[in-house]
Amino acid sequence: MSRRISIDPITRLEGHGKIEIFLDDQGAVEDCYFQIPELRGFERFVVGRPIEELPRIVTRICGVCPASHHLAGAKAVDGCFGDEVPPLAHKLREMYYNAHYIHSHIAHFYALAAPDFILGPDADPAVRNILGVVAKVGLEIGGKVIKARAQAQEIQQIIGGRTTHLVWCLPGGVSKGLKPEELEKIKPMVGELYDFTQFSLKLFREAVLGNPGYVELILNGPYTLQVQNMGLVDENDAPNFYHGKVRVVDCEGKEICKYAPREYADHVAEHVEPWTYLKFPYLKKRGWNGFVEGVDSSLYTATPLARLNVADRMATPRAQEAFEEMFKTLGKKPCQALLACHWARLVEMVQNAETLQRYCADPEITGDAYRVVPKQITGEGVGIVEAMRGTLTHHYTCDPKGICTSANLIVGTTNNNAPIHMVTRKAAASLIKPGVEPTQGILNMIEMAFRAFDPCYSCATHSLPGQMPLEVRIHKNGALYREFRRRC
Amino acid sequence: MAFEPRIVGFLCNWCSYTGADLAGTSRVKYAPNVRIIRVMCSARIDPTFVLKALSEGADGVLICGCHPGDCHYVEGNYKAVRRFAALKRVLRAYGIEEERVRLEWVSASEGVRFAEIVNDMTERTRKLGPSRVKPQLMADAAAR
Amino acid sequence: MADRKLQIALYWGAACGGCDVAVLDTNEFILDVAALADIRLWPIATDGKYRDVEAMADEELDLTIFSGAIRNSENEKMARMLRQKSKLLVAFGSCAHLGGIPGLANLFDLDEILKTAYLSNPSIEPGNSTVPRPHSEAGGHALEIPQLYPRVYKLDQVVDVDYYVPGCPPAPAQVKAVLLAVATGHLPARGSVVGASDRAVCDECGRHKAEKQVQKFYRPWQIIQKPEECLLEQGIPCAGSATRSGCGVRCPNSGMPCRGCYGPLPNVKDQGAKILSALASIIDSRDPEQIERILDDVPDLVGLAYRFGLPASLLQRRIGA
Repeated sequence: MSRRISIDPITRLEGHGKIEIFLDDQGAVEDCYFQIPELRGFERFVVGRPIEELPRIVTRICGVCPASHHLAGAKAVDGCFGDEVPPLAHKLREMYYNAHYIHSHIAHFYALAAPDFILGPDADPAVRNILGVVAKVGLEIGGKVIKARAQAQEIQQIIGGRTTHLVWCLPGGVSKGLKPEELEKIKPMVGELYDFTQFSLKLFREAVLGNPGYVELILNGPYTLQVQNMGLVDENDAPNFYHGKVRVVDCEGKEICKYAPREYADHVAEHVEPWTYLKFPYLKKRGWNGFVEGVDSSLYTATPLARLNVADRMATPRAQEAFEEMFKTLGKKPCQALLACHWARLVEMVQNAETLQRYCADPEITGDAYRVVPKQITGEGVGIVEAMRGTLTHHYTCDPKGICTSANLIVGTTNNNAPIHMVTRKAAASLIKPGVEPTQGILNMIEMAFRAFDPCYSCATHSLPGQMPLEVRIHKNGALYREFRRRC
Repeated sequence: MAFEPRIVGFLCNWCSYTGADLAGTSRVKYAPNVRIIRVMCSARIDPTFVLKALSEGADGVLICGCHPGDCHYVEGNYKAVRRFAALKRVLRAYGIEEERVRLEWVSASEGVRFAEIVNDMTERTRKLGPSRVKPQLMADAAAR
Repeated sequence: MADRKLQIALYWGAACGGCDVAVLDTNEFILDVAALADIRLWPIATDGKYRDVEAMADEELDLTIFSGAIRNSENEKMARMLRQKSKLLVAFGSCAHLGGIPGLANLFDLDEILKTAYLSNPSIEPGNSTVPRPHSEAGGHALEIPQLYPRVYKLDQVVDVDYYVPGCPPAPAQVKAVLLAVATGHLPARGSVVGASDRAVCDECGRHKAEKQVQKFYRPWQIIQKPEECLLEQGIPCAGSATRSGCGVRCPNSGMPCRGCYGPLPNVKDQGAKILSALASIIDSRDPEQIERILDDVPDLVGLAYRFGLPASLLQRRIGA
């Protein structure tokens, strides 16, 4: 007779989510399902809207990474207008986007990841949150983190006019440029943000890499998954978050494919299960083979770690140093130890800051040529960017008047739906031992599995008890036997 | 029992209401389905009035004003034309049949014409059947 | 307020998380909130859970801030539960206030949405006929997910709401003002819109306004607009004249027209009707055929007039199939 453990709701995920764990008679994990309970229907209700309105509608898919959707949508719209975009517009968009990345990576690392490492995975739940982190390392850091994230938001506001739910991109470029006096406001903040990225890496080295238990957890814990890796790269096979080709590299390091955005539908397809509203992307040419690992699996992750796995190098020098240090410590590349995502995020932040510095020094950045009036409607476009939590694809078509006729979206976290489902199952199976009551620490360690993916809703860096609600109910012979709850 | 459409009519005071009055004093026989609301000018018709009438169960809405060039306030009926043109497009997007909402010009001497318009609109609306707007709104509310 | 800390909850229905980010964008102020209040439920950030809310006494919560629209059975269940457990329930952000962007789904039947998402889109697995459903089975186990409703509702179409905070998302300065008002007990009459002005965006907008006589409308990409002049006067449809301000005019200040996210002005029953009326009244023509041609340059009037407020409109949704 099987027993059922429900974890509902899960927090810090793309919207709502829950986990259902089924135990066999011995109390071992027999099966586990990761379910997403929501659908809003963007792919349908944007049809009939003027295509230029889509970038400012699709931001409402996510309020933490709206710029990712805005830019992917803008690039799809660019395609619908014959890709007539002046180079300065691309530069400004990329500049904005790197600031956006910093806001999000700071939020995730400090609010979601840091507590597990600074305080320990099985620390008292009441303190295992950003408040506890601040108590342990000092108020100075809390203030520093808030300030850094606020600066990243301010830079976005100055460049694009808005932070959450940007309206800035339109066919032919962007609606506002950067004035010289605005650039002067940005420059000192970029300098401070660069310093903050170094500070964050140092903190990681001391608090995490300096602790052999954590290193063991990262390298040899149940959070590994032998599936393939996906990320956007430039012509040097370095990560580019705004533009490039999608590269897929298998878990042994061999390139499987590299495609331009317009070719995405040849390479990626989506599988549907009846028990969750979220689809499961997979490598189309290999076909859907179920939830299996291995070098032949058609499943892949799209995460900061995957991005660095598929890259041969970083695009900027200090980031390159951090990249080399990371893979040297991890011992191999590609590395499939998912907790290393937290480190990869910090390495990416260095490239974000250096890219901002590069644009600050670009004499053309305050120019006027950020917009043209496009001359033709060509009817179809695919825009791909790297959302902070994975490769994001927007594919739009429109009629000759520029009215949207279809939209297909493959969203960042969606890429990771099957991997999250599998690694959660793995973690549960490894951590829940037959005959042993699962403790609070075990519950948290199950959460650490999907938390590494930075699912879409990363919280900002503020002093809220950053805990996930978890509840485990164990039924024996149909009656409630034991209950564990973890509150804030 | 045959379906009797309930049509709300907004008639401007100077031309169309007087025209409707003339139909009455001339003892012209015509369908009783239009409930008349007198406004000073067809320009007074905010699209909200039409939407409200539909949401409260009207099967049709008739707006009558002075012929172009004859508006007591000079330009009011032109404003009505513009608002009506915009509103029509939105009604179509909501899935409401075009014949349910009409804009007509009726002068003070056109009692017979007014009656003909009412008869025509009543029959067309009868053929379309009851408006589903209010039943749908009520079912949506009841479901929750 | 009493010595005890305020008990508050922040919850999301069919939402994007932007309203939660808006609360956190108050930066250091959130530390003050944490000092004043126990946050008993906030799925994006804390571990309060449904079971904890179920166990609360009626009105044990002083305040629930509810963002997101009502799209499925879980959204409704939590809206009702939080209404019961809260003294004050605030509809926060465009989705809870008006239905929001997800409300655009009210132009479609649910079947159309499911078909596009799971059957007909180009990247769907070839041959797929599976559509997710509330009850299913896998590996011999029964699994459930919420029931999607045929249409989107705004919050007060499902439960009574005490206050409305408009915006997509509400501006952080307004968020702060609202939280302080609750903390100090200085609240206006129940049912009020708070955190926004009673005047239109035009009132706050710094662009120069003269005479509005338009013979041609333009889509934002068709002309290079003059940044100092009213967008509507240049022929670019802008909903600002029929929309509450309080947002800081962030869209026109970025060079893009307002799309109405702060919702209707006081006493307006249907914001879209006002937007249509405003556009129509500035058309400089008396010729019906010319008027039609001028309006042809504004495609998707329904999507323009009701971008954020379709569920809040008088007709609420398209006539179903």
